[in-house]
Amino acid sequence: MIDPKTKLRRTMMFVPGNNPKMINSADTYGADSLMFDIEDSIAVTEKDTARLLVAEALKSIKFKSETVVRINHPTQTPFGMDDLKVILPAKPDLIRLPKLECIEELNLVTAEIERVEKENGWEEGTIRIIAAIESVKGLYNVREMCKHPRMVAIALGAEDFIANIKTNRTKTGIELYFARSEILMAARDAEIQCLDTVFSDVKDMAGFEHEVSNSRDMGFDGKSVIHPKQITEVHRLYTPTDIQIKKALKVLDAYEDAQKNHKGVLAVDGKMIDGPIVVRAQRVVDQAIAAGVNVEEKREQA
Amino acid sequence: MKNAVGREIPEKIAGLENIKLYQGEFAYQPEGNCRGKKIRVGKPGADKVLASIDEAIEKTGLKDGQTISFHHHLRNGDYLLKMVMEKIAAKGIKDITVASSSLSPCHDFLVDYIEDGTVTALETSGLRGALGKYLTKNPGKLKKPVIIRSHGGRARAIEAGELKIDVAFMGAPTCDHLGNATGKQGKSAFGSMGYAMIDAACADQVVMITDNLIDGFVYPYSIPQTQVDYVVAVEEIGDPEGIASGAIRLTKSPTQLLMAEYAAEVMEKTGYLKQGFSMQLGSGGASLAAAKFIREKMEAKDIKGSFGIGGATGIFTEMLKDDLFEVCYDAQTFDTTAIESIKENPRHLEVSASFYANPWNASPIVNALDVVILSATEVDVDFNVNVITDSNGTLMGASGGHSDTAAGAKLSIIVVPLIRGRLPMIRDHVQNVVTPGESIDVIITDRGIAINPKRQDLIAKLKDSKLPIKTIQELQEMAYEFVGKPEEIPVSQEDKDIIAVVEYRDGTIIDLIRKPLI
Amino acid sequence: MQENANKVLIQSGTAGFDEKNDILVTVAPGQAGQGITVKLVSPVKFQYGKQMEKVIRETVQGAGFSDVTVDAIDKSAWDYTIKARVLGALERGMKK
Repeated sequence: MIDPKTKLRRTMMFVPGNNPKMINSADTYGADSLMFDIEDSIAVTEKDTARLLVAEALKSIKFKSETVVRINHPTQTPFGMDDLKVILPAKPDLIRLPKLECIEELNLVTAEIERVEKENGWEEGTIRIIAAIESVKGLYNVREMCKHPRMVAIALGAEDFIANIKTNRTKTGIELYFARSEILMAARDAEIQCLDTVFSDVKDMAGFEHEVSNSRDMGFDGKSVIHPKQITEVHRLYTPTDIQIKKALKVLDAYEDAQKNHKGVLAVDGKMIDGPIVVRAQRVVDQAIAAGVNVEEKREQA
Repeated sequence: MKNAVGREIPEKIAGLENIKLYQGEFAYQPEGNCRGKKIRVGKPGADKVLASIDEAIEKTGLKDGQTISFHHHLRNGDYLLKMVMEKIAAKGIKDITVASSSLSPCHDFLVDYIEDGTVTALETSGLRGALGKYLTKNPGKLKKPVIIRSHGGRARAIEAGELKIDVAFMGAPTCDHLGNATGKQGKSAFGSMGYAMIDAACADQVVMITDNLIDGFVYPYSIPQTQVDYVVAVEEIGDPEGIASGAIRLTKSPTQLLMAEYAAEVMEKTGYLKQGFSMQLGSGGASLAAAKFIREKMEAKDIKGSFGIGGATGIFTEMLKDDLFEVCYDAQTFDTTAIESIKENPRHLEVSASFYANPWNASPIVNALDVVILSATEVDVDFNVNVITDSNGTLMGASGGHSDTAAGAKLSIIVVPLIRGRLPMIRDHVQNVVTPGESIDVIITDRGIAINPKRQDLIAKLKDSKLPIKTIQELQEMAYEFVGKPEEIPVSQEDKDIIAVVEYRDGTIIDLIRKPLI
Repeated sequence: MQENANKVLIQSGTAGFDEKNDILVTVAPGQAGQGITVKLVSPVKFQYGKQMEKVIRETVQGAGFSDVTVDAIDKSAWDYTIKARVLGALERGMKK
């Protein structure tokens, strides 16, 4: 059983929930998670049919990727609770809550999930929650909300957030710097994952690479994507390089050796190795393995 | 009698002689010699330039029951076939066999000439559009089944004398008064004249029709004056938009790109993407897009290829220009960038359809090919490929160079989505076999890759790769899980409902196209 | 579990779009006792017509309706889409 809190979520691909053609092919592009949207990409007049389409798709197709459904806000719209009624019995892996602002919203949705889990005899915790911070109010409550037991990941929804703080998106991303940092800290404090916002200019792959590299360096676990070509790029950027892997293996091997032979101070390539460096090295190797790299082969090549 | 791909072929088919059944890619051993042109004497001072197509028809003495030919280098912008047929019909000439190297939707007017008896037989590589639909529904309108041949098969049939052409009418973008012609210049330029070269060399009479009759000399020439009997100047031989509009762009479809990437990966992991390799790309979206990924790998590993085979597009000729390949052998030039290339780049060579793919010469270039990437209208669990009819049995495609290149290449790859719309593309039996399973090594879909069991070497090479390798039955099952198993289209078993015979490149019959009963 | 088959449509309802892989479904109340009548236009009618009609009927029945006319214009929809669109149309046919 893969732990829903730590499974790989480098890419969460956005699939418009009222588009059968895109639902049919969603699973072919290798995204770690598929997010079927019945919220912002769906016209008000189609909310009823979109939730039915996604529910039936989930019941009939065995998706290889993790399945997530972004429902409408449970209290700020008249659609959210109806969404849950139709979607939950279809057993998605995660429910994604947009515009999360306070813990009561999480409790409301959790109660509904628990009811359906019991009704169907499913194990408690079968369906978890990922939520998006899209407002300042949400940001101010993020630390508490991340600690909610149903939460496995927190995301940033930049478009609404930018509107809320009354500015524009720029190439540097300075307008989101604080929000990104705060969300990341809250995620790490609660030991859940943290996903970055959508990059909507599909043609600008250079800008995309820049943004993904930055959020990866900040510590984000992955990103929401809107086009298959963004998936390959994110996976590439989130896969440690050969050099990084070999170096990490060297550190881990040296550490293991030191442990076995009761050596005290440890140095690799003239640098002191202590606890945090070993932890970081393990993380690099874990990421590489998760990305499908043949780590043993790299060890032999080193 | 069942042939080697399990298709039932009757011993006798009305209108056809000498029926031979397909026995295997290289099973049939021919005997005899090539057929030559009728001898004629070209007198000094004679002027072969005539005033009109009318006059050309009269001078050739074209009469009822004869066979005329055309090339399809003007693609869907062709005006020539129509212009010639109008004059033939106006003269009341009937019972003509049209042997065009292929036919496009702009030739739909042939329906009318079939209805009124002007045209009574067709021999072509492809049938599309309204003409394709018409023939699918009305097999009995022609006096005998259509003969579908591959490009190599047509060249073979012409050179061996099986397809005897009385008069070849050829569109030439530029021609001189002596009859030397080229496809590389003129307002209707289309590049290589590969298909026309065979007709010019073997037809009993050749009429060159041009919209650019020059006072000077054509050099280098693609068709020499020695093979041309008459020249006619007209206003336009075709519509440039339909001939070659702009540069063909790479597809943006994520599914096509996904399969293209898989194709490049398969080439790399099986070891065929190596120093000095040769390749041919079909004209489908995924095939062409594979060039992008192949190029990336070549540049990353500093690999230089040896040759490529056309139908050339700018996508390949750019690689040629950038020295990623040494030479391009081109029988048909598809877009304006490639036309510019064949004109300017001495390493972009014009070759005849025989040089390209005729199995009955010392060696067609397809025999030296390492990799070919092709598409399909459908495939089956025996790796047989259909490119001529759709899943409803309607004529809408062409045999083309598919079976030729697949037979010649060391690694033959098909790219086809697992499901198109709601139709699974991996069937128990394709509607019609054009390329036999024994020629196909790998079938790449967007949900998995199947390797022909006869290629245990490829299976071994790919087993530890990250590619989604599955058996062809697993892929078929996967499709059925999504959309269910389709009902089979009932097809008429009566011999009078045979629409066409599909000749394999060696002249044997690999399949029949029968009328669907829907 | 089949619901009590005595729901009656209030008005006609339409769901789905005339787009690839979708199906445009219109349901309307039928004459009492007429049962479920299905009219289906589809590019894959020969291959999947029977199956598609089956899905439509079963979905209407499973939702508790018995006298309904269904008009479906299909563009190669998979079964789950057909089911969802029929359910959507029925739901709209019950909205006050």
